[in-house]
Amino acid sequence: MRRARTPAAIGLLAGLGLLLFVLPLAGLILRAPWSQALAELTDPTTTMALGLSIFCSLTATAIALVLGIPLAMILARTRGTVRNVLRALTTLPMVLPPVVGGVALWLAFGRRGIAGSLLYQAFGIQIPFTTTAAVMAETFVAMPFLVIAVEAGLRSLDHRYEEAARSLGAGYWRVLTRVTLPLLRPAIFSGAVLCWARALGEFGATITFAGNFPGRTQTVPIAVYLALETKPEAAITLSLILLVVSVAILVGMRDRWLGAL
Amino acid sequence: MLAFGWLAACTSPLATCAVQSCPEPKTLTIFAASSLQPAFGKIGNQFQANEVKAQGHVVNALSFVFAGSQMLTQQLGEGAAADIFASADIAHMTQVNAGGLVASPPRVFAHNRLEIAVARGNPKGIHTLADLARSGLVVVLADPSVPAGKYAAQALKTAGVTVKPASLEQQVTGVLSKVAFGEADAGIVYVSDIITSRQVDGVAIPNDQNVIAEYPIAVLNTGHNQAAAKDFVDFVLSADGQSLLKAAGFEGV
Repeated sequence: MRRARTPAAIGLLAGLGLLLFVLPLAGLILRAPWSQALAELTDPTTTMALGLSIFCSLTATAIALVLGIPLAMILARTRGTVRNVLRALTTLPMVLPPVVGGVALWLAFGRRGIAGSLLYQAFGIQIPFTTTAAVMAETFVAMPFLVIAVEAGLRSLDHRYEEAARSLGAGYWRVLTRVTLPLLRPAIFSGAVLCWARALGEFGATITFAGNFPGRTQTVPIAVYLALETKPEAAITLSLILLVVSVAILVGMRDRWLGAL
Repeated sequence: MLAFGWLAACTSPLATCAVQSCPEPKTLTIFAASSLQPAFGKIGNQFQANEVKAQGHVVNALSFVFAGSQMLTQQLGEGAAADIFASADIAHMTQVNAGGLVASPPRVFAHNRLEIAVARGNPKGIHTLADLARSGLVVVLADPSVPAGKYAAQALKTAGVTVKPASLEQQVTGVLSKVAFGEADAGIVYVSDIITSRQVDGVAIPNDQNVIAEYPIAVLNTGHNQAAAKDFVDFVLSADGQSLLKAAGFEGV
């Protein structure tokens, strides 16, 4: 069967859409202070922000894996209203403006928050302004990406393998670790990578809930935002680093995730 | 207002007028330091009330953009069009002026002092800048790139106090909200912030340690409404404008 020719108008609009993505990236690359890039890379502010970003985003991903996979398993087992409510709650951080997420975290885990006040009164622990707060903000915003991916993987799983294992006498945990999780590996992997990338780029919830202090809560996106006003070269260099990381992830995942869409 | 200055843009409500005889109001865009928000809100309302009194309708729709002076300076440098710039320090006005964006020489229209913002009733018993160095106290300052942060650093240096801040906020209102929400025990803000916020108490800083902030204002040549911009600046400098600034905690010139 012959495919219909694509009208020129569609091509034109697609081209305009593509330009919207390509031009800002070109701007970043063309205006990058390449000669100073190396000096900026070794600047303590840059290395500290980069180290903190990597630490926080990896920790957030690890927490998302530990909490998100069980959540996805429960989600995949539910139906009807329960499922809709659970799904809405899980995906809420994806649609919520991150700054609003930060305020919500504040009201829950701040010194006067619902849970935070108990923590403060009992142990004198204050979460905001700490690296813990930055990790929590990133987990809050990024975990839905992992949950959604794993849940989709679970729903499309062929459950006959699990039934076969069970009929051969394997217990719940053995089936889970030897059959279910290995079968889910692609979904977990792509979900974790998307989750990590979202955590790495997190800005709004982090700056609201965790504040800004170099080495403690100042991640790369926050450093970019601050440097823009005082040291634009450093801001562009840091942006480029994030750009390179993002492109590397997308290229690396092309077959596993994007190819399947 | 937490992160992006653009979000703070707002237009004053328009007065009603007869449908046929009402010409479309022209927009007057005012970029102002975030500490000016309460004062300029009142000044804007009075400015429009005067227009209604004189001409029967609102001539200019005021569009305010409140953000840290450093952010406004950066946005102006990137080509943002505004009719007026009011900065919380001379340095950022000088930078905008050096960029060739200022139409007439900037004029200082207000002074502001620093004060320590603490929770209502001052439960932590903070009385001096030196108290801010106490361990276990959560202190939030503005980032040194923000005028309020620069002034706070100056005051602390004069007092010989070293503070370990929990966070360096991007605008002075961020410091205020952290204290008002109870997340921080203290922060250094402007007297005007404390007077208009009504959610925190102020602890005075003695004159010999304090810094007096100078607020310059100028008409920009990037705007499309220069005559009205000049009127607005004149109103800010007039006796009426100055008394509104004083009511909001500023010191006149």
